Amino acid sequence: MRNAFANEITRLAQADARIHLLSGDIGNRLFNEFQAKCPGRFFNCGVAEANMISVGAGMALSGLKPVAYTITTFITARCFEQIKLDVCYNEAPLVIVGVGAGLSYASLGPTHHSFEDMAILRALPGLTVLAPADPPETRTALRAALAHDGPVYIRIGKKGEPTLDPNPPPFEIGKGRSLRSGDHACLIATGLVLAEALHAADALAARGIAAEVVHMPTVKPLDAELLSLIFGRHRLVALIEEHALAGGFGSAVLEWAADADARGPRVLRFGMPDEFRHESGEQEYARGICGLRGEQIAERIARALEA
Amino acid sequence: MSRPSISELERIAAEMRGEVIGMSHRADTPHLGSALSCVDMLVACYFSGALHVTPANPRDPDRDRVILSKGHAAMSLYTALAYRGYFPREDLLTFNREGSRFQEHPGPHTAPGVEVATGSLGHGLAVGLGMALAARSLGKSYRVAAIISDGECNEGSTWEAALFAAANKLTNVVAMVDYNKWQATGRSDEVLALNPLREKWAAFGWDAVEFDGHHMQALVDFLSAPPSERPRIAICHTVKGKGCSFMEDDNNWHYRVPTAEEVEKARKELGLA
Repeated sequence: MRNAFANEITRLAQADARIHLLSGDIGNRLFNEFQAKCPGRFFNCGVAEANMISVGAGMALSGLKPVAYTITTFITARCFEQIKLDVCYNEAPLVIVGVGAGLSYASLGPTHHSFEDMAILRALPGLTVLAPADPPETRTALRAALAHDGPVYIRIGKKGEPTLDPNPPPFEIGKGRSLRSGDHACLIATGLVLAEALHAADALAARGIAAEVVHMPTVKPLDAELLSLIFGRHRLVALIEEHALAGGFGSAVLEWAADADARGPRVLRFGMPDEFRHESGEQEYARGICGLRGEQIAERIARALEA
Repeated sequence: MSRPSISELERIAAEMRGEVIGMSHRADTPHLGSALSCVDMLVACYFSGALHVTPANPRDPDRDRVILSKGHAAMSLYTALAYRGYFPREDLLTFNREGSRFQEHPGPHTAPGVEVATGSLGHGLAVGLGMALAARSLGKSYRVAAIISDGECNEGSTWEAALFAAANKLTNVVAMVDYNKWQATGRSDEVLALNPLREKWAAFGWDAVEFDGHHMQALVDFLSAPPSERPRIAICHTVKGKGCSFMEDDNNWHYRVPTAEEVEKARKELGLA
Protein backbone atom coordinates (compact mmCIF):
# COMPACT_ATOMS: atom_id res chain seq x y z
CA MET A 1 0.00 0.00 0.00
CA ARG A 2 2.91 2.34 0.61
CA ASN A 3 4.02 1.94 -2.98
CA ALA A 4 0.50 2.74 -4.14
CA PHE A 5 0.55 5.80 -1.90
CA ALA A 6 3.93 6.98 -3.18
CA ASN A 7 2.95 6.42 -6.78
CA GLU A 8 -0.43 8.09 -6.45
CA ILE A 9 0.79 11.16 -4.63
CA THR A 10 3.51 11.59 -7.24
CA ARG A 11 0.89 11.40 -9.95
CA LEU A 12 -1.47 13.82 -8.21
CA ALA A 13 1.26 16.29 -7.28
CA GLN A 14 2.32 16.66 -10.88
CA ALA A 15 -1.13 17.98 -11.66
CA ASP A 16 -1.47 20.17 -8.55
CA ALA A 17 1.45 22.32 -7.43
CA ARG A 18 -0.20 22.88 -4.05
CA ILE A 19 0.48 19.27 -3.04
CA HIS A 20 3.56 18.98 -0.78
CA LEU A 21 4.87 15.87 0.94
CA LEU A 22 6.30 15.77 4.45
CA SER A 23 7.98 12.62 5.66
CA GLY A 24 9.29 11.67 9.09
CA ASP A 25 12.64 10.25 8.00
CA ILE A 26 11.22 7.07 6.49
CA GLY A 27 10.60 5.84 2.98
CA ASN A 28 14.19 5.51 1.87
CA ARG A 29 14.00 5.80 -1.95
CA LEU A 30 10.21 5.50 -1.82
CA PHE A 31 9.82 9.16 -2.73
CA ASN A 32 12.71 9.52 -5.16
CA GLU A 33 10.32 9.83 -8.06
CA PHE A 34 8.24 12.41 -6.21
CA GLN A 35 11.35 14.46 -5.54
CA ALA A 36 12.47 14.19 -9.14
CA LYS A 37 9.09 15.16 -10.60
CA CYS A 38 8.08 17.71 -7.94
CA PRO A 39 11.30 19.44 -6.93
CA GLY A 40 11.11 21.58 -3.82
CA ARG A 41 7.92 19.97 -2.62
CA PHE A 42 9.31 17.10 -0.54
CA PHE A 43 10.48 17.72 3.01
CA ASN A 44 12.20 15.15 5.15
CA CYS A 45 11.18 16.52 8.53
CA GLY A 46 13.47 14.21 10.45
CA VAL A 47 12.53 12.17 13.47
CA ALA A 48 10.45 15.04 14.80
CA GLU A 49 6.84 14.08 14.22
CA ALA A 50 5.30 16.74 16.43
CA ASN A 51 7.04 19.45 14.45
CA MET A 52 6.10 17.78 11.17
CA ILE A 53 2.41 17.93 12.02
CA SER A 54 2.63 21.57 13.14
CA VAL A 55 4.54 22.53 10.00
CA GLY A 56 1.97 20.69 7.90
CA ALA A 57 -0.80 22.59 9.66
CA GLY A 58 0.93 25.89 8.94
CA MET A 59 1.29 24.97 5.27
CA ALA A 60 -2.35 23.93 5.07
CA LEU A 61 -3.41 27.24 6.63
CA SER A 62 -1.43 29.05 3.95
CA GLY A 63 -3.07 27.66 0.84
CA LEU A 64 -1.06 24.49 0.24
CA LYS A 65 -2.22 20.89 0.23
CA PRO A 66 0.32 19.15 2.43
CA VAL A 67 0.41 15.43 3.15
CA ALA A 68 2.34 14.19 6.19
CA TYR A 69 3.58 10.61 6.16
CA THR A 70 5.33 8.30 8.56
CA ILE A 71 4.77 5.12 10.60
CA THR A 72 1.25 5.05 11.99
CA THR A 73 2.00 5.07 15.68
CA PHE A 74 4.53 7.90 15.35
CA ILE A 75 2.19 10.10 13.32
CA THR A 76 -0.77 9.59 15.68
CA ALA A 77 0.06 8.78 19.30
CA ARG A 78 3.40 10.58 19.30
CA CYS A 79 1.98 13.89 18.12
CA PHE A 80 -1.63 13.63 19.20
CA GLU A 81 -1.84 17.15 20.61
CA GLN A 82 -0.42 18.67 17.43
CA ILE A 83 -3.18 16.89 15.51
CA LYS A 84 -5.79 17.98 18.03
CA LEU A 85 -4.82 21.65 18.18
CA ASP A 86 -2.66 22.66 15.23
CA VAL A 87 -4.65 20.64 12.72
CA CYS A 88 -8.19 20.10 13.99
CA TYR A 89 -8.78 23.16 16.19
CA ASN A 90 -7.22 25.41 13.57
CA GLU A 91 -9.28 23.68 10.86
CA ALA A 92 -6.15 23.07 8.81
CA PRO A 93 -6.83 20.68 5.90
CA LEU A 94 -3.77 18.51 6.43
CA VAL A 95 -3.79 14.93 5.14
CA ILE A 96 -2.10 12.61 7.64
CA VAL A 97 -1.05 9.21 6.36
CA GLY A 98 0.04 6.46 8.75
CA VAL A 99 1.92 3.57 7.18
CA GLY A 100 1.98 0.18 8.86
CA ALA A 101 -1.32 0.41 10.70
CA GLY A 102 -2.62 -2.27 13.03
CA LEU A 103 -0.35 -5.31 13.06
CA SER A 104 1.46 -4.53 9.80
CA TYR A 105 4.69 -4.24 11.76
CA ALA A 106 3.82 -7.12 14.07
CA SER A 107 7.35 -8.47 14.25
CA LEU A 108 8.75 -5.11 15.36
CA GLY A 109 6.84 -5.33 18.61
CA PRO A 110 4.36 -3.06 20.37
CA THR A 111 6.50 0.06 19.84
CA HIS A 112 5.43 -0.25 16.20
CA HIS A 113 1.92 -1.65 16.63
CA SER A 114 -0.89 0.80 16.07
CA PHE A 115 -4.03 -0.36 17.78
CA GLU A 116 -5.31 2.89 19.28
CA ASP A 117 -5.03 5.36 16.41
CA MET A 118 -8.65 5.21 15.30
CA ALA A 119 -9.84 5.41 18.90
CA ILE A 120 -7.94 8.57 19.71
CA LEU A 121 -8.35 10.27 16.36
CA ARG A 122 -12.05 9.73 15.89
CA ALA A 123 -12.53 11.70 19.12
CA LEU A 124 -11.21 14.83 17.44
CA PRO A 125 -13.80 17.24 16.07
CA GLY A 126 -13.64 17.77 12.34
CA LEU A 127 -11.19 14.96 11.59
CA THR A 128 -12.15 12.41 8.96
CA VAL A 129 -10.76 8.92 9.61
CA LEU A 130 -10.19 6.60 6.65
CA ALA A 131 -8.99 3.00 6.48
CA PRO A 132 -8.62 1.78 2.90
CA ALA A 133 -8.32 -1.96 2.39
CA ASP A 134 -5.90 -2.47 -0.47
CA PRO A 135 -3.50 -0.67 -2.83
CA PRO A 136 -6.14 0.57 -5.32
CA GLU A 137 -8.31 1.91 -2.53
CA THR A 138 -5.28 3.64 -1.01
CA ARG A 139 -5.15 5.62 -4.25
CA THR A 140 -8.84 6.51 -4.32
CA ALA A 141 -8.83 7.39 -0.61
CA LEU A 142 -5.86 9.72 -1.10
CA ARG A 143 -7.65 11.45 -3.97
CA ALA A 144 -10.77 11.90 -1.85
CA ALA A 145 -8.73 13.18 1.10
CA LEU A 146 -6.97 15.80 -1.00
CA ALA A 147 -10.28 16.95 -2.45
CA HIS A 148 -11.86 17.17 1.01
CA ASP A 149 -12.16 20.56 2.70
CA GLY A 150 -10.87 19.56 6.12
CA PRO A 151 -8.25 17.42 7.82
CA VAL A 152 -8.14 13.71 7.01
CA TYR A 153 -6.32 10.79 8.60
CA ILE A 154 -5.62 7.71 6.46
CA ARG A 155 -4.26 4.50 7.97
CA ILE A 156 -2.67 2.15 5.47
CA GLY A 157 -0.65 -1.09 5.56
CA LYS A 158 2.96 -1.41 4.48
CA LYS A 159 3.68 -3.49 1.40
CA GLY A 160 2.48 -6.65 -0.25
CA GLU A 161 -1.17 -6.36 0.68
CA PRO A 162 -3.39 -8.27 -1.77
CA THR A 163 -5.47 -6.32 -4.24
CA LEU A 164 -9.07 -7.09 -3.37
CA ASP A 165 -10.69 -4.90 -5.99
CA PRO A 166 -8.52 -3.80 -8.90
CA ASN A 167 -11.02 -1.18 -10.04
CA PRO A 168 -12.73 0.36 -7.05
CA PRO A 169 -15.33 3.07 -7.57
CA PRO A 170 -14.41 6.65 -6.67
CA PHE A 171 -13.94 6.90 -2.92
CA GLU A 172 -16.85 8.61 -1.22
CA ILE A 173 -16.02 9.80 2.29
CA GLY A 174 -18.67 8.53 4.69
CA LYS A 175 -19.86 5.73 2.42
CA GLY A 176 -19.42 2.01 2.83
CA ARG A 177 -20.11 -0.55 0.15
CA SER A 178 -21.38 -4.07 0.01
CA LEU A 179 -18.96 -6.38 -1.75
CA ARG A 180 -20.83 -9.66 -1.45
CA SER A 181 -24.41 -10.46 -0.72
CA GLY A 182 -25.71 -13.03 1.70
CA ASP A 183 -28.64 -13.40 4.07
CA HIS A 184 -27.30 -15.35 7.02
CA ALA A 185 -24.94 -12.81 8.49
CA CYS A 186 -23.19 -9.57 7.65
CA LEU A 187 -19.46 -9.04 8.06
CA ILE A 188 -18.50 -5.38 8.24
CA ALA A 189 -14.78 -4.78 8.06
CA THR A 190 -12.67 -1.67 7.92
CA GLY A 191 -9.25 -1.33 6.36
CA LEU A 192 -6.56 -3.95 5.90
CA VAL A 193 -8.43 -6.73 7.59
CA LEU A 194 -11.10 -6.73 4.88
CA ALA A 195 -8.99 -9.45 3.24
CA GLU A 196 -9.62 -11.68 6.26
CA ALA A 197 -13.34 -10.88 6.20
CA LEU A 198 -13.49 -12.04 2.59
CA HIS A 199 -11.65 -15.26 3.54
CA ALA A 200 -14.14 -15.71 6.35
CA ALA A 201 -17.05 -15.33 3.93
CA ASP A 202 -15.48 -18.02 1.71
CA ALA A 203 -15.09 -20.33 4.69
CA LEU A 204 -18.67 -19.69 5.74
CA ALA A 205 -19.90 -20.35 2.19
CA ALA A 206 -18.15 -23.73 2.31
CA ARG A 207 -20.30 -24.48 5.33
CA GLY A 208 -23.44 -23.38 3.53
CA ILE A 209 -23.63 -19.99 5.28
CA ALA A 210 -24.17 -17.03 2.97
CA ALA A 211 -22.60 -13.95 4.49
CA GLU A 212 -22.83 -10.40 3.21
CA VAL A 213 -19.48 -8.60 3.28
CA VAL A 214 -19.43 -4.83 3.65
CA HIS A 215 -16.40 -2.60 3.62
CA MET A 216 -16.56 0.60 5.64
CA PRO A 217 -13.35 2.43 4.84
CA THR A 218 -14.63 5.59 6.52
CA VAL A 219 -14.54 5.16 10.27
CA LYS A 220 -15.57 8.77 10.80
CA PRO A 221 -18.11 9.81 9.74
CA LEU A 222 -19.82 6.42 9.71
CA ASP A 223 -22.24 5.46 6.96
CA ALA A 224 -25.36 5.59 9.13
CA GLU A 225 -27.66 4.91 6.23
CA LEU A 226 -25.94 1.67 5.30
CA LEU A 227 -25.67 0.62 8.94
CA SER A 228 -29.43 1.11 9.33
CA LEU A 229 -30.05 -1.17 6.37
CA ILE A 230 -27.69 -3.82 7.71
CA PHE A 231 -29.03 -3.73 11.25
CA GLY A 232 -32.57 -3.93 9.91
CA ARG A 233 -31.87 -6.88 7.66
CA HIS A 234 -29.49 -9.22 9.48
CA ARG A 235 -29.72 -11.29 12.63
CA LEU A 236 -25.93 -11.41 13.09
CA VAL A 237 -23.47 -8.64 12.39
CA ALA A 238 -19.69 -9.05 12.75
CA LEU A 239 -17.56 -5.93 13.19
CA ILE A 240 -13.97 -6.57 12.13
CA GLU A 241 -10.94 -4.33 12.55
CA GLU A 242 -7.19 -4.62 12.98
CA HIS A 243 -7.26 -2.31 15.97
CA ALA A 244 -7.97 -2.57 19.68
CA LEU A 245 -11.51 -3.55 20.56
CA ALA A 246 -11.53 -0.51 22.84
CA GLY A 247 -12.64 2.61 21.06
CA GLY A 248 -12.17 1.71 17.44
CA PHE A 249 -14.48 0.92 14.55
CA GLY A 250 -16.60 -1.63 16.41
CA SER A 251 -17.05 0.77 19.28
CA ALA A 252 -18.06 3.49 16.85
CA VAL A 253 -20.71 1.27 15.28
CA LEU A 254 -22.09 0.30 18.69
CA GLU A 255 -22.22 3.96 19.69
CA TRP A 256 -24.19 4.59 16.53
CA ALA A 257 -26.49 1.64 17.31
CA ALA A 258 -27.19 2.92 20.81
CA ASP A 259 -27.87 6.45 19.63
CA ALA A 260 -29.99 5.28 16.69
CA ASP A 261 -31.78 2.73 18.87
CA ALA A 262 -30.89 0.14 16.24
CA ARG A 263 -31.73 -3.18 17.86
CA GLY A 264 -32.05 -6.58 16.38
CA PRO A 265 -28.94 -8.41 15.32
CA ARG A 266 -26.51 -10.19 17.54
CA VAL A 267 -23.18 -8.34 17.27
CA LEU A 268 -19.78 -10.04 17.34
CA ARG A 269 -16.69 -7.87 17.56
CA PHE A 270 -13.32 -8.87 16.15
CA GLY A 271 -10.20 -6.89 17.00
CA MET A 272 -7.13 -6.80 19.18
CA PRO A 273 -7.59 -7.67 22.85
CA ASP A 274 -6.64 -5.27 25.63
CA GLU A 275 -3.03 -6.37 25.97
CA PHE A 276 0.39 -5.79 24.45
CA ARG A 277 1.79 -8.54 22.24
CA HIS A 278 4.91 -10.05 23.74
CA GLU A 279 5.61 -12.81 21.20
CA SER A 280 7.55 -12.52 17.95
CA GLY A 281 5.82 -13.16 14.66
CA GLU A 282 4.67 -11.58 11.43
CA GLN A 283 1.28 -10.01 10.77
CA GLU A 284 -0.47 -13.25 9.88
CA TYR A 285 0.75 -14.93 13.05
CA ALA A 286 -0.27 -11.96 15.19
CA ARG A 287 -3.70 -11.86 13.56
CA GLY A 288 -4.07 -15.51 14.54
CA ILE A 289 -3.37 -14.69 18.18
CA CYS A 290 -6.03 -11.98 18.04
CA GLY A 291 -8.61 -14.22 16.36
CA LEU A 292 -8.48 -12.11 13.22
CA ARG A 293 -7.69 -14.84 10.66
CA GLY A 294 -10.47 -15.52 8.18
CA GLU A 295 -11.06 -19.10 9.32
CA GLN A 296 -11.16 -17.98 12.97
CA ILE A 297 -13.70 -15.30 12.14
CA ALA A 298 -15.78 -17.83 10.22
CA GLU A 299 -15.63 -20.37 13.04
CA ARG A 300 -16.85 -17.88 15.64
CA ILE A 301 -19.66 -16.69 13.40
CA ALA A 302 -20.74 -20.23 12.55
CA ARG A 303 -20.86 -21.16 16.22
CA ALA A 304 -22.85 -18.06 17.05
CA LEU A 305 -25.36 -18.88 14.32
CA GLU A 306 -25.77 -22.41 15.68
CA ALA A 307 -26.38 -21.18 19.21
CA MET B 1 -0.17 54.25 8.25
CA SER B 2 2.95 56.35 8.58
CA ARG B 3 5.59 54.97 10.87
CA PRO B 4 5.02 56.22 14.41
CA SER B 5 7.90 57.54 16.44
CA ILE B 6 9.44 55.50 19.23
CA SER B 7 7.80 57.72 21.82
CA GLU B 8 4.43 57.21 20.15
CA LEU B 9 4.97 53.47 20.24
CA GLU B 10 5.87 53.67 23.91
CA ARG B 11 2.70 55.61 24.56
CA ILE B 12 0.66 52.90 22.82
CA ALA B 13 2.40 50.29 24.95
CA ALA B 14 1.49 52.17 28.13
CA GLU B 15 -2.14 52.45 27.05
CA MET B 16 -2.25 48.79 26.17
CA ARG B 17 -0.85 47.86 29.57
CA GLY B 18 -3.56 49.93 31.27
CA GLU B 19 -6.20 48.21 29.13
CA VAL B 20 -4.83 44.74 29.90
CA ILE B 21 -4.70 45.36 33.63
CA GLY B 22 -8.31 46.54 33.49
CA MET B 23 -9.31 43.45 31.51
CA SER B 24 -7.71 41.15 34.03
CA HIS B 25 -9.64 42.82 36.84
CA ARG B 26 -12.94 43.01 34.96
CA ALA B 27 -12.82 39.44 33.68
CA ASP B 28 -11.13 37.95 36.75
CA THR B 29 -8.47 36.49 34.47
CA PRO B 30 -4.93 35.48 35.44
CA HIS B 31 -1.64 35.45 33.51
CA LEU B 32 -1.37 39.21 33.88
CA GLY B 33 2.38 39.19 34.56
CA SER B 34 3.00 37.18 31.39
CA ALA B 35 0.69 39.44 29.40
CA LEU B 36 2.52 42.58 30.49
CA SER B 37 6.01 41.32 29.70
CA CYS B 38 5.31 40.95 25.96
CA VAL B 39 3.35 44.15 25.30
CA ASP B 40 6.32 45.97 23.79
CA MET B 41 6.99 43.11 21.37
CA LEU B 42 3.39 43.15 20.25
CA VAL B 43 3.50 46.92 19.77
CA ALA B 44 6.65 46.58 17.67
CA CYS B 45 4.96 43.87 15.57
CA TYR B 46 1.63 45.57 15.01
CA PHE B 47 2.30 49.32 15.17
CA SER B 48 5.87 50.11 14.16
CA GLY B 49 5.48 49.44 10.44
CA ALA B 50 8.34 46.92 10.55
CA LEU B 51 5.84 44.21 9.68
CA HIS B 52 3.16 44.30 7.01
CA VAL B 53 0.00 43.80 9.03
CA THR B 54 -3.38 44.21 7.39
CA PRO B 55 -6.19 45.01 9.85
CA ALA B 56 -8.60 45.91 7.05
CA ASN B 57 -8.11 42.49 5.52
CA PRO B 58 -6.90 40.11 8.22
CA ARG B 59 -6.67 37.21 5.72
CA ASP B 60 -4.68 39.12 3.13
CA PRO B 61 -2.49 36.36 1.63
CA ASP B 62 0.50 38.70 1.50
CA ARG B 63 0.36 39.81 5.13
CA ASP B 64 3.17 39.13 7.54
CA ARG B 65 2.06 36.57 10.12
CA VAL B 66 2.35 37.51 13.79
CA ILE B 67 2.03 34.51 16.08
CA LEU B 68 1.67 34.78 19.83
CA SER B 69 2.88 31.32 20.69
CA LYS B 70 2.59 32.07 24.41
CA GLY B 71 -1.18 32.08 24.17
CA HIS B 72 -1.70 32.75 27.86
CA ALA B 73 -0.87 36.38 27.07
CA ALA B 74 -4.07 36.55 25.01
CA MET B 75 -5.25 39.72 26.75
CA SER B 76 -2.31 41.58 25.27
CA LEU B 77 -2.85 40.09 21.81
CA TYR B 78 -6.55 40.97 21.77
CA THR B 79 -5.73 44.47 22.97
CA ALA B 80 -3.08 44.93 20.28
CA LEU B 81 -5.50 43.74 17.61
CA ALA B 82 -8.30 45.99 18.87
CA TYR B 83 -6.05 49.02 19.16
CA ARG B 84 -4.70 48.34 15.67
CA GLY B 85 -8.22 48.27 14.28
CA TYR B 86 -8.89 44.60 13.60
CA PHE B 87 -12.14 44.92 15.54
CA PRO B 88 -13.83 47.57 17.73
CA ARG B 89 -12.20 48.28 21.07
CA GLU B 90 -15.57 47.88 22.81
CA ASP B 91 -15.41 44.18 21.96
CA LEU B 92 -12.65 43.83 24.53
CA LEU B 93 -15.30 44.44 27.20
CA THR B 94 -16.73 41.01 26.42
CA PHE B 95 -13.41 39.27 27.11
CA ASN B 96 -13.96 36.05 29.05
CA ARG B 97 -17.67 36.69 29.52
CA GLU B 98 -20.00 33.72 29.11
CA GLY B 99 -20.78 33.27 25.44
CA SER B 100 -18.09 35.69 24.28
CA ARG B 101 -15.77 34.62 21.49
CA PHE B 102 -12.86 36.15 23.41
CA GLN B 103 -11.70 33.13 25.34
CA GLU B 104 -8.73 33.16 27.70
CA HIS B 105 -6.52 31.71 24.97
CA PRO B 106 -6.55 32.71 21.30
CA GLY B 107 -8.39 30.34 18.99
CA PRO B 108 -9.40 30.31 15.33
CA HIS B 109 -12.73 31.98 16.02
CA THR B 110 -11.76 34.31 18.85
CA ALA B 111 -10.72 37.41 16.95
CA PRO B 112 -9.77 38.50 13.46
CA GLY B 113 -6.00 38.67 13.26
CA VAL B 114 -5.36 35.59 15.37
CA GLU B 115 -3.21 33.43 13.09
CA VAL B 116 -2.96 30.26 15.14
CA ALA B 117 -4.70 28.77 18.15
CA THR B 118 -2.25 28.82 21.02
CA GLY B 119 -2.39 28.14 24.72
CA SER B 120 -0.75 24.77 24.88
CA LEU B 121 2.93 25.66 24.82
CA GLY B 122 5.36 24.76 22.08
CA HIS B 123 3.00 24.90 19.08
CA GLY B 124 3.01 28.39 17.60
CA LEU B 125 6.54 28.59 16.30
CA ALA B 126 6.28 25.26 14.46
CA VAL B 127 3.00 26.20 12.79
CA GLY B 128 4.67 29.46 11.80
CA LEU B 129 7.45 27.50 10.12
CA GLY B 130 4.85 25.81 7.93
CA MET B 131 3.53 29.23 6.96
CA ALA B 132 7.08 30.35 6.17
CA LEU B 133 7.69 27.29 4.02
CA ALA B 134 4.45 27.97 2.22
CA ALA B 135 5.59 31.52 1.48
CA ARG B 136 8.70 30.17 -0.16
CA SER B 137 6.76 27.60 -2.14
CA LEU B 138 4.13 30.09 -3.29
CA GLY B 139 6.71 32.71 -4.20
CA LYS B 140 5.43 35.13 -1.60
CA SER B 141 7.56 37.54 0.35
CA TYR B 142 5.64 37.58 3.60
CA ARG B 143 7.45 36.92 6.86
CA VAL B 144 6.51 35.12 10.05
CA ALA B 145 7.15 36.66 13.46
CA ALA B 146 6.63 34.45 16.50
CA ILE B 147 6.67 35.47 20.15
CA ILE B 148 7.50 32.57 22.41
CA SER B 149 7.98 32.38 26.16
CA ASP B 150 10.94 31.14 28.13
CA GLY B 151 8.62 28.51 29.61
CA GLU B 152 7.98 27.30 26.06
CA CYS B 153 11.68 26.58 25.75
CA ASN B 154 10.95 23.67 28.13
CA GLU B 155 8.96 21.97 25.38
CA GLY B 156 10.75 19.49 23.14
CA SER B 157 8.58 20.61 20.24
CA THR B 158 10.16 24.08 20.44
CA TRP B 159 13.57 22.54 19.82
CA GLU B 160 12.24 20.32 17.05
CA ALA B 161 11.07 23.53 15.42
CA ALA B 162 14.44 25.17 16.04
CA LEU B 163 16.20 22.32 14.21
CA PHE B 164 13.71 22.33 11.36
CA ALA B 165 13.93 26.08 10.75
CA ALA B 166 17.71 25.94 10.61
CA ALA B 167 17.79 22.87 8.37
CA ASN B 168 15.43 24.52 5.91
CA LYS B 169 17.12 27.92 6.14
CA LEU B 170 13.85 29.67 6.92
CA THR B 171 15.20 33.17 6.68
CA ASN B 172 11.68 34.57 6.50
CA VAL B 173 11.15 33.68 10.16
CA VAL B 174 11.92 35.89 13.12
CA ALA B 175 11.28 34.79 16.67
CA MET B 176 11.38 36.64 19.95
CA VAL B 177 11.69 34.94 23.31
CA ASP B 178 9.89 36.81 26.05
CA TYR B 179 12.57 35.94 28.57
CA ASN B 180 10.88 37.23 31.71
CA LYS B 181 12.79 34.71 33.83
CA TRP B 182 9.71 33.15 35.36
CA GLN B 183 7.50 30.27 34.47
CA ALA B 184 4.36 29.25 36.33
CA THR B 185 6.00 27.98 39.49
CA GLY B 186 9.60 29.09 39.48
CA ARG B 187 12.59 30.77 37.89
CA SER B 188 12.91 29.54 34.33
CA ASP B 189 16.67 29.29 34.74
CA GLU B 190 16.21 26.91 37.64
CA VAL B 191 13.23 24.78 36.61
CA LEU B 192 15.00 23.43 33.54
CA ALA B 193 18.31 25.29 33.36
CA LEU B 194 17.57 27.44 30.31
CA ASN B 195 20.73 29.49 30.58
CA PRO B 196 22.60 30.24 28.41
CA LEU B 197 19.57 30.66 26.18
CA ARG B 198 21.10 32.70 23.37
CA GLU B 199 23.91 30.22 22.97
CA LYS B 200 21.42 27.35 22.83
CA TRP B 201 19.56 28.93 19.93
CA ALA B 202 22.82 29.81 18.22
CA ALA B 203 23.93 26.19 18.58
CA PHE B 204 20.67 25.14 16.95
CA GLY B 205 21.58 27.16 13.88
CA TRP B 206 19.83 30.49 14.43
CA ASP B 207 21.24 33.99 14.31
CA ALA B 208 20.61 34.74 17.96
CA VAL B 209 20.90 38.16 19.55
CA GLU B 210 19.82 39.43 22.94
CA PHE B 211 18.68 42.78 24.22
CA ASP B 212 16.27 44.48 26.59
CA GLY B 213 12.86 43.35 25.41
CA HIS B 214 11.25 46.57 26.59
CA HIS B 215 13.57 48.71 24.48
CA MET B 216 11.25 49.75 21.68
CA GLN B 217 13.97 50.91 19.31
CA ALA B 218 15.84 47.61 19.70
CA LEU B 219 12.66 45.65 18.96
CA VAL B 220 11.85 47.73 15.89
CA ASP B 221 15.42 47.46 14.63
CA PHE B 222 15.37 43.70 15.07
CA LEU B 223 12.12 43.35 13.13
CA SER B 224 13.29 45.76 10.44
CA ALA B 225 16.67 44.17 9.81
CA PRO B 226 17.17 42.51 6.43
CA PRO B 227 17.11 38.72 6.41
CA SER B 228 20.36 36.92 7.08
CA GLU B 229 21.45 33.44 6.02
CA ARG B 230 19.65 31.81 8.93
CA PRO B 231 16.42 32.22 10.86
CA ARG B 232 16.75 35.00 13.41
CA ILE B 233 15.82 35.06 17.07
CA ALA B 234 16.01 37.72 19.73
CA ILE B 235 16.35 36.69 23.33
CA CYS B 236 14.35 39.56 24.78
CA HIS B 237 15.19 40.16 28.42
CA THR B 238 11.94 41.26 29.95
CA VAL B 239 10.33 41.78 33.32
CA LYS B 240 7.23 39.86 34.25
CA GLY B 241 4.51 42.35 35.19
CA LYS B 242 6.40 45.16 33.41
CA GLY B 243 5.02 48.67 33.83
CA CYS B 244 3.56 48.31 37.26
CA SER B 245 5.95 48.54 40.23
CA PHE B 246 4.04 46.25 42.54
CA MET B 247 3.79 43.51 39.90
CA GLU B 248 7.25 43.63 38.40
CA ASP B 249 9.25 40.45 38.79
CA ASP B 250 6.74 39.12 41.34
CA ASN B 251 5.55 35.73 40.13
CA ASN B 252 2.41 35.90 42.26
CA TRP B 253 1.06 37.85 39.33
CA HIS B 254 1.15 34.77 37.15
CA TYR B 255 -2.18 33.90 38.74
CA ARG B 256 -3.23 36.93 40.81
CA VAL B 257 -5.92 39.28 39.56
CA PRO B 258 -5.76 42.99 40.49
CA THR B 259 -8.37 44.73 42.63
CA ALA B 260 -10.06 47.93 41.46
CA GLU B 261 -7.67 49.95 43.65
CA GLU B 262 -4.67 48.16 42.15
CA VAL B 263 -5.96 48.91 38.67
CA GLU B 264 -6.10 52.60 39.50
CA LYS B 265 -2.66 52.55 41.08
CA ALA B 266 -1.23 50.83 38.01
CA ARG B 267 -2.89 53.31 35.66
CA LYS B 268 -1.33 56.20 37.56
CA GLU B 269 2.11 54.60 37.31
CA LEU B 270 1.58 54.19 33.59
CA GLY B 271 0.70 57.85 33.28
CA LEU B 272 -2.87 57.09 32.26
CA ALA B 273 -4.73 58.61 35.18
